[in-house]
Amino acid sequence: MKTAEELLVAIQAALPDARVELLLNPSVSAQHSIVVAPADALQVAVYLREVEGLDYCSNVTGVDWPGKEIAEKVKVTKLVAGVETEVEETVKRREPGCLEAVYHLFSMRNSKEGAQTPIVLRQRTGNRTDDVKVPSLTPVWRSADFQEREVFDLFGIVFEGHHDLRRLLMWDEFEDHPMRRDYVDPDDYEWEPTAHDEVLKRAQAQAAGVAE
Amino acid sequence: MTTSAEFKSFLPPVIEPDGDGSLLEVAMGPHHPSTHGVFRMDLELDGERVIKLKPVFGYLHRNHEKIGESTSYLGMMPFTDRLDYICPLTNNWAYALAVEKLTGTLVPERAEYIRVILAELTRIQNHASAIGFLIQEMGASGTPLMYAFREREKILDLFEWLTGARMMGNYMRFGGCRVDVSPEWIESAKKFVAGAPKFLDEFEALLGGNEILMARTQGMGILPADLAINAGITGPMLRAAGVNYDLRKVDHYGIYDRFSFRVPLGDHGDIYDRYMVRILEARESIKILEQALRDIPGGPIKDPKAPGRIFKPKPGEAYGRIEAPKGELGFYLISDGGASPYRYRVRPPSLINLTVLEDMCLGHNVADVVLIFGSVDIVLGEVDR
Repeated sequence: MKTAEELLVAIQAALPDARVELLLNPSVSAQHSIVVAPADALQVAVYLREVEGLDYCSNVTGVDWPGKEIAEKVKVTKLVAGVETEVEETVKRREPGCLEAVYHLFSMRNSKEGAQTPIVLRQRTGNRTDDVKVPSLTPVWRSADFQEREVFDLFGIVFEGHHDLRRLLMWDEFEDHPMRRDYVDPDDYEWEPTAHDEVLKRAQAQAAGVAE
Repeated sequence: MTTSAEFKSFLPPVIEPDGDGSLLEVAMGPHHPSTHGVFRMDLELDGERVIKLKPVFGYLHRNHEKIGESTSYLGMMPFTDRLDYICPLTNNWAYALAVEKLTGTLVPERAEYIRVILAELTRIQNHASAIGFLIQEMGASGTPLMYAFREREKILDLFEWLTGARMMGNYMRFGGCRVDVSPEWIESAKKFVAGAPKFLDEFEALLGGNEILMARTQGMGILPADLAINAGITGPMLRAAGVNYDLRKVDHYGIYDRFSFRVPLGDHGDIYDRYMVRILEARESIKILEQALRDIPGGPIKDPKAPGRIFKPKPGEAYGRIEAPKGELGFYLISDGGASPYRYRVRPPSLINLTVLEDMCLGHNVADVVLIFGSVDIVLGEVDR
């Protein structure tokens, strides 16, 4: 089995236009990942399945990276009282957030070649609000079917080309995405207007009318 | 989106009704007794024939993953018991393994042996109850299920003795286990293992050649190997389709390379094969148990350098997986250097094994849907999380 580094070289050789890069994992597990641009994800996925033998996509999940406000101290030269002096200023920079779809790939075809480390494939959306589309990899690995639906449900990533993209765990009328970092849960999940409320209101109105 | 390479997709097929065009929509569940909990299948029927099946999830959803992101690493251990509540100890192990990969913790030998013993006992009781439920759904009310549960109860007694709880053990720790096994416990486990083949013989004599069982399961709900691989099916269901992929042999996690055991494979990928693979796997588990109980060494049960209650792993991520009785159970953790995981994800074998439920059921009668569904062997605590 090739490592993520070797795979990256192989992808770059076979698909020169595909924009892929390596993301190193600093932890002791050393499971590095390959970040692929959404526009090239499908062809890279097909290449990985057909040529590299990664026929088994085990885990699909999402990760939310909210935008961060980073305050940096910058030295600027300014005219202070007619003299050029170096002044330290705090500049606030907003790092844009994104949503990430993560795929863990293994090979069943080459399972005899010893212990397997996952090949991690990541796609990133443009931002967290209006540019949340990435191509679905369900046509390549069917195992992504329910899991992409779950990511759509809980994170709000829209998988283009998914054959049945509906909410999986939350109910259809639910509007938010609970696994996002900035999600605030409502006071009452179950509240919905019922006929009972109307009846109660009418009864109260009637009781008030009788009292008058 | 253009792709240069030609590739085969494995999307669910669409079948056309052949009757007069009048279809019946049936919501099977969430309170149907055969759904093992709260699970619904929206069926579209042409007469008795299923032409569409859409599973509906979420009735038991409690956002387990969100809880994981707001508690400490160790604090999540008891929650993992509640995923697949039929086999909590393997859930513990999978989670401990992922955290050990993230932090680089080593496990002492004695603890590895205890883990293997508990995991294989879990496998036997899971397979026994899975088969019991399957036969129950075939109409054999009670008796085979009670035979299976009698054995399961013996294993649960062992678990209770060791962990303090029949099911919710909360037993594994990062870098070891919580309490040590006593020599008496080992003796009792040996006694159980010595009697277990007799139970399986009895089970097989009762069921293996049963005409009704064969008529209702053979050639039913066939899952082809290429679809099984592409759809990420794992566990006995994959091996019943003839694919030799057992993480105990592939990853050699823990100390599984020290034991001699075989991986039973099916031939046709039908319900009967899934049933037989489970019986044979339980027999192989007994073999592993015999070796493990014989060879278990003395020593500490927890690495002294293992992280304690509150710890902050270095930023990074890890994916750890084991061969749980139902399939590949994986935990994916991302640390940002804090005391709780930045991202905590469970790869649930039960949910992913249901991906092909529609493919297997199309064209069959409603009564067979119950059996095909039963042969997948799911627990809703893990499906909905």
